[in-house]
Parts: sequence; structure tokens; C-alpha cells
Amino acid sequence: MYSQGLRDSKAGEDSQELLDAFQVRIDNEEKIEPRDWMPQAYRKTLIRQISQHAHSEIVGQLPEANWVTRAPTLKRKLILLAKIQDEAGHGLYLYSAAETLGESFQKMYQDLLTGKAKYSSIFNYPTLNWADAGAVGWLVDGAAIMNQVALCRTSYGPYSRAMVRVCKEESFHQRQGYDIMIKMAQGTPKQKAMAQDALNRTWWPSLMMFGPSDKDSTHSDQSMKWKIKRFSNDDLRQKFIDATVPQAEYLGLTIPDKNLKYNDKTGHYDFSEIIWDELFDVIKGNGPCNQQRMDARNKAHNDGAWVREAAAAYAEKQNNRKEVA
Amino acid sequence: MQDYVQNLADNTLILGQRLAEWCGLGPFLEEDLALTNTCLDIIGQAKMLLEFAAELKEGNETADDLAFMRDQHEFKNVILVEQPNGDYSQTMLRQYFMDVYHVHLYQALSTSTNQKLAGIAAKSLKEVVYHLERSELWIKRMALGTDESFQRVQASLDKLWHYHHELFEETESLTELVKQGIAADPNVLKQLWLKDVNALLASTPLEIPQKGWKATGGRKGHHSEYLGLMLCEMQFLQRAYPNSEW
Ligand SMILES: [Fe+2]
Ligand SMILES: [Fe+2]
Ligand SMILES: [Fe+2]
Repeated sequence: MYSQGLRDSKAGEDSQELLDAFQVRIDNEEKIEPRDWMPQAYRKTLIRQISQHAHSEIVGQLPEANWVTRAPTLKRKLILLAKIQDEAGHGLYLYSAAETLGESFQKMYQDLLTGKAKYSSIFNYPTLNWADAGAVGWLVDGAAIMNQVALCRTSYGPYSRAMVRVCKEESFHQRQGYDIMIKMAQGTPKQKAMAQDALNRTWWPSLMMFGPSDKDSTHSDQSMKWKIKRFSNDDLRQKFIDATVPQAEYLGLTIPDKNLKYNDKTGHYDFSEIIWDELFDVIKGNGPCNQQRMDARNKAHNDGAWVREAAAAYAEKQNNRKEVA
Repeated sequence: MQDYVQNLADNTLILGQRLAEWCGLGPFLEEDLALTNTCLDIIGQAKMLLEFAAELKEGNETADDLAFMRDQHEFKNVILVEQPNGDYSQTMLRQYFMDVYHVHLYQALSTSTNQKLAGIAAKSLKEVVYHLERSELWIKRMALGTDESFQRVQASLDKLWHYHHELFEETESLTELVKQGIAADPNVLKQLWLKDVNALLASTPLEIPQKGWKATGGRKGHHSEYLGLMLCEMQFLQRAYPNSEW
């Protein structure tokens, strides 16, 4: 199936002529499709980015699932279940999009389970009170939307189409999260304290979701040229902050940054320098929940092995019966 | 009448709560999605039934009060649904037993003389027919798949078989509701259930355990130890922070 997509030359051998022609297509805003010629590095970058995105959706189920059995009302339980289910669905579309580049699901998933592949560092933080279910929807899905809306116009066709589908569902995720925050922030003093606590813990990690600062981002330049990325990390982060500060004000909650201030000259909010060491440390695997998340994914996978084997064995027996008949 | 609806409501609520424990942890991605879908349907049914049960109580209680503020002895579900998830065969066998039951129950209730109950049943029937397709296929896959899967599902059958009796218990008040055409006849349900389950099991090497106790008590509020613990988790926020809006 995928062999047609693999017509590009081996790594390092991409001829200048082909590269130039490819760049012309990109500059003309043509979408690149699985069967088209593409530079090795373009393919590799996309496989890395799309599979990381897929892994993030799958690992991202865990912190919210932590509250599903304790959701405080039937309505909240239903909404949260539906939201987490959407994320699993996003994982599926994204793995399929990555498969069109010639990478197998098995390989990608194995890389996640062994810790070789990365996923968004935000999911390595714990969800400690019910308002975290709100803060995740509001801030984490909110940040994801900023990224994903930008990716709807990414140059690789299957990725761009997956993002269009994903974005339709994401605004519901953010709304349900903000709705939880409204109820908590306008609730009893104890509820409000939970909301503030959740915001305090989620704010900085959600800003880190946009990745390193542009001056330190290793993958940015070429990705921009190939229109895989269309906005820089810092631009998207600023856009997110500008959109989110008024929402926090409406809630009557305080964003944990004493330097956060609207700048009349730039028309944007100024904010403190992010503690980048923390981001790099969590990416390296030293976040509060890295081990726990990986253990959970591995346990689910290992516990499910006999179930998958049973399904495969049964399907094969059914096939054999059909062939005999 | 309230008692009857409360039993149906609690069966779905507690089963749904158990399924919610699987959310994000299914044996593979597509199955995780499908099981969460079943869970969503069943908790959706629980919500409708609890709203009706609250209405029948004629007090100030809401569906959420019934779910989150009753203690375990006030729950009327059968003990089967509160049994732990165990491995996937135990979850799926419990599901299969309940799916067969719900299909026949909702089929019967869709012509109930109580309009409200008939409406809920008709809406839920479509969902459970699909759930049954899935759980039945899983029992076949496990029973006919590998040696390990057969052994696991047989062990689950040995464990869970004894719980089905409770689904078909008769009480005086139930007999009265059946007479009025409101409730489904438990004897008829039992025959339909046994016919379907026996037919499926006969197509596999699975064997029904010959002896053992018969679960009872759930409908009177006499539960297994599992329910109290489950409620601790489910009701935590409403209990710890009463009189709050969520
Ligand atoms: Fe998502
Ligand atoms: Fe996402
Ligand atoms: Fe989302």
C-alpha cells in the first residue's frame, strides 16, 4: 500500500532539482499527498510530529480519566467520558495520517511504550482536584486549539484534513472545561480555592505546550519553509495568552504571574520568562507523572495482549472456515 | 412502581460506573472507544431512569441526589452489576448477561402501559441491541480464540453465572405491575434470557457451572461489599462538598 508513497530517494540523496520543484509546490500552497514525491527530511519530520501528536492524544486520556469515576454529577460524567473518547478518536485519525507516510502503527505505538517517542509534556502533570478537569479543558485544549487551528493549513494533506476534523471537536472540549471553571470559580469558597489551585498548577505547563522559544527551537526554520508549521511557537503562545487572560479575569481568578500586564504599545500581554529548564526536564522524562503515565499505558497494553490475540485467532478461524466452505 | 424504576435505574448506573473505570485503558484503541461508547449509552439510560425515579418519589430529590446522596443499602441494583471488572472476559461476560437482559427488558417495556417507561425503553432498545452484538462477539472470540482466552472466559463464567438469577426474581409488587401491563414479566424474561444465553454457550466449548449459590438481596438493598467502596469513589465530591453547584 505504502510503497507508492516511498518513491523519494534515500536519505541525503534528494537532488536539488527535486527539492526545488517541491518547494515550488509548497510555495504555491499545493497540498502534498501520500503518493507525491517528498524530501526524506520532510517525511521524517512529519512522521515525528504526527506520531507525537497522536501519542499526546492517547496519553492525554489518562489525567482526565483520573476524574471520570468521581465526576460530581451525571451530566459532568457523561460530558467528560465523551471528551476523553474524542481524544482517543483523535489519536486514531492521527496514527492513520502518520501511516500514510509509511510508518506502521505497531512501530509508532511500540516507540511510545518503550519511552523512545515523546508526547506533550503537559500530560506528565497530575490532576489533583475536580477543577483540574476544568483547567485541562480550558487551558490545555485551549492551547491545543491554537496549535491545531494553525495546523489545519499545514502542507501535508492527510495531516491537514485530520486537523480539520479534530478542531471541530476541540471547541466543545474547551467549552466544557471553561464551564466547569465557571461553576467552580463562582461556587463556594472551597470550590473557588480548588479552581485557583488548578489554574496555578496548569498555567505554566500550558504555556510550555507551544514548545521552546523561537530562538531555541531546533526544528522550526525548515518546518516553516515547508509550511508544516505556519506560525512560530512564540507567536502562538502570545496569541493564547492574549485570548486567555480576559477569560481568567471573567472567572475572577488570578493568573500566577506577577509580571503579566497589558502592553499598550504592542497590544499584547507581557509575561515573565518561562522556566525552560522545567520543560526540558519533563521532556527528558523527569516530570511528576512521566513514570506513572508510561506504566499505565504499558499495563493497559500488556493486560490487553491476550484479548488482541483471542480476537486475531478467532478471526483467522472464521476465515479458514469460509475458505473450506 | 418507584421501586421498580429504581431497580432499573440502579442497574444501569452501577454498570455504567464500572465501565467508566475502563475509560482510556481498553485492550486496544478501537475497543477502548467502543467500550466508552457503551458506557456513555448506559449512563445516559441511567440518567433518564433516575430522573423518572426521582419524579416518582414526589419529593425534592433530583436524579443526581439519587445517584450521589444515597447510601449503599438504598441502592436497588442486582449484585451482578457491582462485581469488579476483573479481566476483560469478566467485564464482557457481565456485559453480555446484562445486554441480553436489557434487550428483552426494553423490548417488553417499549409497549408498557406507562408512557414514560415505554418511551425510555424504546429509545434505549436501539442502543442495547448494538451493545449485545458486540458483547456476544467478544464471548465467541474469547471462547473460540486461544487456550488462554477460553480459560479466562470459562473462569469468569464459573464466577458470574450465579448472579443471573437475581435479574428474574419475583416480588408481590412486581407481579401487580406486570398485571397492570407496566412492568415486564420476569418469568418471560428469564425464559428468553436462558434461551439466548444457552444458544450462544452451546456454540462454544464453555460449560455452565452445575452447582453454586444463587445471588439475591440487591433489590432489597442487601449488596456485596464491592458496592460501598464503589460509592465512596463515585460520591466523593458531593459528600465532601455538599450544597455545591457543579
Ligand atoms: Fe484532541
Ligand atoms: Fe490534540
Ligand atoms: Fe481535546
